[in-house]
Amino acid sequence: MQHAELTSEAQQGTEMHMRILVIEDDREAASWLVKGLRESGHIVDLAAEGLQGLTMALEGVHDVCIVDRMLPLLDGLSIIQKMRSADLKTPVLILSALSDVDERVKGLRAGGDDYLAKPYAFSELLARVEGLGSRKLLDPKDAKLKALDLEIDLMTRTVTRGGKPIILQPREFKLLEYLVRNAGHIVTRTMLLENVWDYHFDPQTNVIDVHVSRLRGKLDKGFAEPLLQTVRGAGYMIRAR
Amino acid sequence: MPANNSIFQTSTFRLAAIYLLVFAISAGAILGYVYYTTVGLLERQTEDTIHAEILGLADQYQLLGVAGLVDTVQRRSRETGGAIYLLEGPNQTYVAGNLDAMPSGVTQNQTWIDFPITVGKAPVAVQHTARGFQVELANGYDLLVGRDVNELRQFRDVIREALFWAVAMSLVLGLGGGYLMSRNFLKRVDAITGATRVIMAGDLSQRMPVSGTNDELDRLSGSLNDMLSQIERLMNGMKEVSSNVAHDLKTPLTRMRARIEAALRQDNEQEYRAALNQTIEECDRLLRTFNALLSIAQAESGQMRQGLQPLDLNDTLTDVVELYEPLADEAGGSLKLEAKPGLRVRGDRQLLAQVLNNLIDNAMKYGQSSSEKAADIEVFGRVEGQTVVIEVADHGIGINEQDRERVLGRFVRLDESRTKSGNGLGLSLVASVMTLHNGHIQFEDNQPGLRVILRLPLYTEAS
Repeated sequence: MQHAELTSEAQQGTEMHMRILVIEDDREAASWLVKGLRESGHIVDLAAEGLQGLTMALEGVHDVCIVDRMLPLLDGLSIIQKMRSADLKTPVLILSALSDVDERVKGLRAGGDDYLAKPYAFSELLARVEGLGSRKLLDPKDAKLKALDLEIDLMTRTVTRGGKPIILQPREFKLLEYLVRNAGHIVTRTMLLENVWDYHFDPQTNVIDVHVSRLRGKLDKGFAEPLLQTVRGAGYMIRAR
Repeated sequence: MPANNSIFQTSTFRLAAIYLLVFAISAGAILGYVYYTTVGLLERQTEDTIHAEILGLADQYQLLGVAGLVDTVQRRSRETGGAIYLLEGPNQTYVAGNLDAMPSGVTQNQTWIDFPITVGKAPVAVQHTARGFQVELANGYDLLVGRDVNELRQFRDVIREALFWAVAMSLVLGLGGGYLMSRNFLKRVDAITGATRVIMAGDLSQRMPVSGTNDELDRLSGSLNDMLSQIERLMNGMKEVSSNVAHDLKTPLTRMRARIEAALRQDNEQEYRAALNQTIEECDRLLRTFNALLSIAQAESGQMRQGLQPLDLNDTLTDVVELYEPLADEAGGSLKLEAKPGLRVRGDRQLLAQVLNNLIDNAMKYGQSSSEKAADIEVFGRVEGQTVVIEVADHGIGINEQDRERVLGRFVRLDESRTKSGNGLGLSLVASVMTLHNGHIQFEDNQPGLRVILRLPLYTEAS
């Protein structure tokens, strides 16, 4: 493949510095998580039980909360419900050993923004956390999305790059929209499968890769600068700048 | 025979005893009726005859006086036939008749009396029993008329004895028969109990004894044996799964261990990094296997049945085919969908999509018509009566008839060399999801290739 491959160390964590609250009672898991997030350039606060976690979350100083479902004193879903009823909109990523679709739905219904089943790859978690952190930067009412010289008009559902129109299939449009909304952040294959196709199972093949490479073909054709990058071992990224 | 299995506690014996009691009562009633209508009738006839004769003689005495009566009594006394007469005058003096004196025991007027008489002349004289009736006539005369009832009494005794023995025999035979029947029953129950003990001890190949008479015990044993066969098959399946799980987990762990060990020997950061990356990949593969096993277990448990929603399979088919079409195209093959509208089912979108995903993935792996060419796959959807039929067809090697059942088992991979990626759980999940949806999976020869046919109940507003 001809496109640029960036190592995860070079790419991740360089874009932004977030303040992240981790509420996790498993000491070892928490220490690896905190270490990884700090190495990625973020500021991390840790709470080892639910009540302390809720108190810290209610300070409202965090960009993203990572909440384990099973916690002493107060469980994860109750923390999220209390945060939401206090009108606190901090994005929350739920971590859980329960991987069922039902459990995911329960978590999202309680007010969680994303759900990740244990065990997870750290790169997957980081991509999701950074995706959640950047979400509030974009105005959802904005009718136009931009990345470099790419422009997406959500009203007319047209895409242009450098003023040249690009014809996309509906699914390709959805895929591009998701990538551009997360521009500057890594998007994993699982995130694409969940958000673009709404599938919450593992297809066991590189089925997503073909869709991305087709999209890339349409986007980068006739342009010297590649827009859609593959981040090895992690996923894909649309360059923001 | 164990002590607590006393024969008197068997249901057969109890049944036999109750039957015997009812039988004895009804037999007694029948025999009593027979007795009444034979012996009783004869006795009553005798008494009626005696009574009539007494009345006749009393009439004669009134009409003709003592002389006429004496004449008649003397005449009748000479006749043979067992009739007995005695006419006594005042002060118990003998007047006429074939009896010498009034038997003792006659104390009052008009009574029935049994008395002994001597029949024949010595030395062959024998004692007989007679029955008579005595009346007092006017002027101090007493008249006794009787009959020799010896034969009648003998007949009565014979009948009584016969009745007694009939009842006694039926009781003895009934009890004996009940005992034998119960013992036979108990023996067979004990044989079944023995067989279950052996099975419980771990020998699942044991079966309940079948006598071959096709009675209820045989039928019971038969269905127990069917159940045992089913359990044995499931147990063997479980054993196979466990050993396959062990094997499928042991192999990657062994591989992982060997790689890490080799990397440690190298003492080189590059090697460490490579080994760790491979370890992560291997871990991910193992986790995928576990997740697949959990999904199957969850679908099999049936607890998701409440969460099934009415949905249009056309959408799911379109989505999944659209997801895979570029992959098939890129590989040089094709993936085509031909679906009729109205494929409504009650189901779980995620699980049904995963089923199609697994089938298409299999078709892409094993459905090539030759090793150079990627697979051409066709997906069909249609409604047949009250059934939604989904077919995934390829033109590859197919599945032999004898492997079609086996391939649904966990970790079963027909590709013995296991060169293609996969964990052997794809079709197991398909089968368990089909069961969850009250559906059915079937394999057919696509000549050449494999045609997987899924059947699901059609969802209508009424259902």
